[in-house]
Amino acid sequence: MIKEISEKDIEVFINGIKYYFRTSTNEDIVVETPYLTSAKQITVDDYTGIIGISGERKGFVLVTASEEMLRHLVLSLGEETATQDLIHDVVGEVANTISGNARRSFGPGFMISVPMVLQGQPERIGASKETNGYVIPSRWNTFPFQLVVALK
Amino acid sequence: MKMLIVDDSLIVRRKIEREINLPEVEEIFTAHNGQEAVEVFKTYEPELVTMDLTMPNMDGTECVKKLVSINPNTVILVISALADQATAIKAVKQGAYGFLCKPFTESELNEALAKCIAFCNELKG
Repeated sequence: MIKEISEKDIEVFINGIKYYFRTSTNEDIVVETPYLTSAKQITVDDYTGIIGISGERKGFVLVTASEEMLRHLVLSLGEETATQDLIHDVVGEVANTISGNARRSFGPGFMISVPMVLQGQPERIGASKETNGYVIPSRWNTFPFQLVVALK
Repeated sequence: MKMLIVDDSLIVRRKIEREINLPEVEEIFTAHNGQEAVEVFKTYEPELVTMDLTMPNMDGTECVKKLVSINPNTVILVISALADQATAIKAVKQGAYGFLCKPFTESELNEALAKCIAFCNELKG
């Protein structure tokens, strides 16, 4: 496997996801040890928000979580009812915020797409077989979720 | 005062609308991309706009330019996750008044909007 992401790069995203939840929900998340995986081994949960990365770096950032966690997140953000529209939207917004915030470290050449949201279990994430990504397993409240960063 | 919220995220549009706690803001309109924002802007002529940057169908940068060309006195607060300084500087050069980075707290939002409203009032003389 070709090492494409540095430890420092991963720190940027870990700090980003921690900051998102602390600022938005007033709760800290638990981040477990990240591990390297290939695109074909990435497993996704009920909803997945994906941001395409272009410019000086190429790849993607995704956040994948259960519907139950996203329902609680929507309520925690101040909504009275967690509708399907809001659940669908929030996972894309989390991925977008973390990716956009990464430009503080990577600069404006780190270009991000609008979020794409997948529901359910697609056969594969649209990434080439050669793409490797770091999985950052995390837990908010009691809910496990994953951040995956695949960059060249 | 009329205000327009432009963001492609439903949850962000609703969060901004819900958390505004400023009596000067009397009427709020929303748009989910730049193209829709221009239409709403022409119809309702809001004095204050919050603008996301990364959006489909005309992004925020392009939209800021359009709105300022229609009414140079529009006060625009960019609210974006793009956290690098170059993006904030570019937005201001194109006519935005200020920049608030996502994620934001209720008090950060109201503080930034209060500054925008003060500037709106200055422009009115």
